[in-house]
Amino acid sequence: MNPKLYASIAVIITGLVLLYGISDFPTFGDPRSPANSGVEGGAPSTSLYYINESYGATKVPNLVTSVLADYRGYDTMFETVVVFAAGMAIFAILRCFGRDDEAVITAPTKSSIDGDHNRIIVGTTCRLAVPVVQIFALYVVAHGHHSPGGGFQGGVMLGASFILIALAGNLNDALGRFSERSYMTLASLGIIIYAGFGVLPQVLGKNFLDFGVLEKFFLTDGPEMARSHSMLGVEIGVALTVMSIMFAIFANLSSRGTLKGGL
Amino acid sequence: MVEFLLNTVKPHFNFWVYVILMMIGLWSLIAKNNLIKKMMGLAIFQSAIILFYVSLGVKDGATIPVLDYHGEHADHNAAAKDEPAMTLPTSSAGNPADAYANPVPHVLMLTAIVVGVATLGVALALCEMIFKEFDTLEEDELLRKIKALHDDA
Repeated sequence: MNPKLYASIAVIITGLVLLYGISDFPTFGDPRSPANSGVEGGAPSTSLYYINESYGATKVPNLVTSVLADYRGYDTMFETVVVFAAGMAIFAILRCFGRDDEAVITAPTKSSIDGDHNRIIVGTTCRLAVPVVQIFALYVVAHGHHSPGGGFQGGVMLGASFILIALAGNLNDALGRFSERSYMTLASLGIIIYAGFGVLPQVLGKNFLDFGVLEKFFLTDGPEMARSHSMLGVEIGVALTVMSIMFAIFANLSSRGTLKGGL
Repeated sequence: MVEFLLNTVKPHFNFWVYVILMMIGLWSLIAKNNLIKKMMGLAIFQSAIILFYVSLGVKDGATIPVLDYHGEHADHNAAAKDEPAMTLPTSSAGNPADAYANPVPHVLMLTAIVVGVATLGVALALCEMIFKEFDTLEEDELLRKIKALHDDA
């Protein structure tokens, strides 16, 4: 019989079970729900601790940043490693060297960003937009403590600015500005920066990623500001890795691993 | 029907939407034949879970989980002094934590989105290599070609 019919039956049964399960869930926007304030008669939710205590402990008004980079430092570090590993996997799967005849799309001779008059509107718009995108991305990384933002978001925007160059022109334009050697180096450097901020407190006799002890390096008054500054360093490491790997994924996928021509 | 919508669906309308989205993704994972369409289903499934988590952190009348920042010298400002309440409030009405949305789901989903993009890239790379090898991404044709390869060997 039709396999789609079996799939529909299985999906409908699963959906009904899930819909039965959600009938006990708290209503949308309920501040007294277990996730927001803890179970009745039990311990209060962790989120209340973060909302009330994390500003005093880290001096970072953006709770998401302080939870992400300090309280859940291990988690974020290994998420960054997962992104790095995904980039390395794509490199290992797709990248092929020295077989130019397999390149399906040949590289155009003219660069549409640097003065190809057939695509002058696209090229000019892209040339004007990319610096704005990059400056805003740097703002998102650097101001992630005080406003919504941080390393992951800023890193994706930085990567997107290079992808915009590759889309508006061709891949060689983008690779001329951000070569394979650069993005591989920067991706590794991001991980090294993050792990370095973890190892440095260990050298000083504290736990891995225990930023408070770094106050001697940052010349600040107290461990709270040291944590705040270390979080900025950690976010910069995350942004470098995410930016490089996003562009590496695009470059390898769009050119079938040859890094020539592309879209 | 209207009663059912008002009493059962309306209090949990967000969860209903996520279950429906998730089932659309699951259906395309099972029923679709093309590997790219399966990955699209996986992405829809993932979006449903991300929306589910973010909606758990929503509080009525709360703002984003970024505290009001009173400038460089917040510590010397009397008004800012009591901004971070130093006691852990119990689950009673009108506690100061109700002014901010729950930050924990945001943190979890923030990293999940970026990791999702990276793993989708790996999946696309694998599809690219499968297409290079077998000239198709249809699952039944792939199975036939792999079987033919085994029979030859």
